[in-house]
Amino acid sequence: MASVQVSEAEKVYIMHGVRDDLRVDGRGCEDYRHMVIETDVVSNTDGSAKVSLGHSDILVGVKAEIGKPRALVPDEGYLEFFVDCSANATPEFEGRGGEELGIDLSNTLYKVFNNKHSIDLRSLCICPGEHCWVLYVDVLLLQCDGNLFDAISIAIKAALFNTRIPKVHISEDAEGGKEIELSDDPYDCVRLNVENVPCIVTLCKVGQRHVVDATLQEKACSVASLLLAVTHKGMVTCVRKMGGGSLDPESISEMTETGKRVGKALHAPLMDLLKKEEGLGKNRQKVGFLR
Amino acid sequence: MAADMRLPTAGEQISSSSLSLLDGKHLVVPGDVITSDTGFMRGHGTYMDEEKLTASVAGEVERVNKLICVRPLKTRFNGEVGDVVVGRITEVQQKRWKVETNSRLDSVLLLSSVNLPGGELRRRSAEDELSMRDYLQEGDLISAEVQSVFADGALSLHTRSLKYGKLGQGVLVLVSPSLVKRQKTHFHNLPCGASIILGSNGYIWLYPTPGQQDEEAGGYYTSMEPVPLSDREVISRLRNCLLVLAAHKILLYDTSVLYCFESSLSHQIKDILKPEVMDEIVMKTRQRLMEQEG
Repeated sequence: MASVQVSEAEKVYIMHGVRDDLRVDGRGCEDYRHMVIETDVVSNTDGSAKVSLGHSDILVGVKAEIGKPRALVPDEGYLEFFVDCSANATPEFEGRGGEELGIDLSNTLYKVFNNKHSIDLRSLCICPGEHCWVLYVDVLLLQCDGNLFDAISIAIKAALFNTRIPKVHISEDAEGGKEIELSDDPYDCVRLNVENVPCIVTLCKVGQRHVVDATLQEKACSVASLLLAVTHKGMVTCVRKMGGGSLDPESISEMTETGKRVGKALHAPLMDLLKKEEGLGKNRQKVGFLR
Repeated sequence: MAADMRLPTAGEQISSSSLSLLDGKHLVVPGDVITSDTGFMRGHGTYMDEEKLTASVAGEVERVNKLICVRPLKTRFNGEVGDVVVGRITEVQQKRWKVETNSRLDSVLLLSSVNLPGGELRRRSAEDELSMRDYLQEGDLISAEVQSVFADGALSLHTRSLKYGKLGQGVLVLVSPSLVKRQKTHFHNLPCGASIILGSNGYIWLYPTPGQQDEEAGGYYTSMEPVPLSDREVISRLRNCLLVLAAHKILLYDTSVLYCFESSLSHQIKDILKPEVMDEIVMKTRQRLMEQEG
């Protein structure tokens, strides 16, 4: 991952700051940087969102295609994740540099989002055993400034909220062959229920305490972090420990409690914002990439 | 702990009144024809396009007799002798350190151009060479002055004064080098309770105002004592203020930083970076700066 160099004295300064609950940018340990969210930014996707968190910039596009359901679950659709680490974000990603991180991120996203607790996968089924919707979720990292997971999960939730899947009609001809007909009307579409889609909260252990939304400098001071996927009800759907250091059980349970609390609080403002944006309708001034 | 989420706001339109401030300045963007007169010489930031002198960067046109250059607005640091810089050690080599200073090439700090602990002046021995990493190691931050510029533009630094040397606890803020105003002194003990080094290379160091310093250490002793919370608050506020000023392209020098700090006092530190708070603080700061200029 993109990393920065930090001297010993700077580390000491950051760690003491976390201990005193006053981080370098004035935030407390459980504060997020402010986020800017916009949906429907890419016109040739079925749903898209752009999220900036500090200087981290994430673009997510969702494309729906008709595919064959998996043999084990014939009545469910599925999601595919792909994370592209653009060399714009950091020169380290040039060539194949971002591949490893991209695969790591997409595997984690797959675990977090592709289960029936997060999204009603049955609603993606068109014709059991034969056809289903496959949602290709493409994540593009435009800038990295720490806390990628949280920003990506929020961007995915916003993009899924924005996703509109065309309605299909199945007609059967005389020989029993099925024919799928897509609706021509762009407004004749179904929406996904994103209520249960979790948000990821990454907690970094810095010194004796833990912080949410760590900057790259704070990340450099921490040896281990815990990733939690939390739904709006506070249910934890995925836990992952990252980093080379170790965490003792006591701090893991402490971090889980904090993660639950913070994660739960993320959903309400996000949904409010998305609904507000939708309410603006066509009058909304699109900002996109030029600011 | 509440998360603050918002919709993006479109960038403000430049009004014609603010453009009038640029009167007398010849600004160009890449591709702009500067002159079609063939009597001029082609300098940095320009190229000949069908016999017309054209700008290759966005910036201000500068003319020296027959030579036309364009000084870019967004640039890496072009050091000049005497500039105060803040840099980070990237490599320890034979008799020299490599320093990252936001210029196009890594700068060098020669072992012979540092003050060794003890303050005595002597030839650098082989032992000194072996213990170079004890003084400065990779990742350490230093303040230094540009001693000379090599033919390829790389900088040679020196720290032969007690005010330069290794930096201890504090916060580094990165801004564009074009935003730092060149002044008599770049070291300031601000009256609000913290000190600042405005590196000409756009690296700005904020640190708690030091008390009585121990001369013996020669600037290589760093205190690892916790910084009191009150100092921390001031430093964090200053950090956010610097980012606010940089985001609105206001020149950074002691007065502008101080005015911005005072304008921000009515807000919480973590709120300073919110766009609407930012606009308000910048407006107040601009106003005070204008009043002061008269």
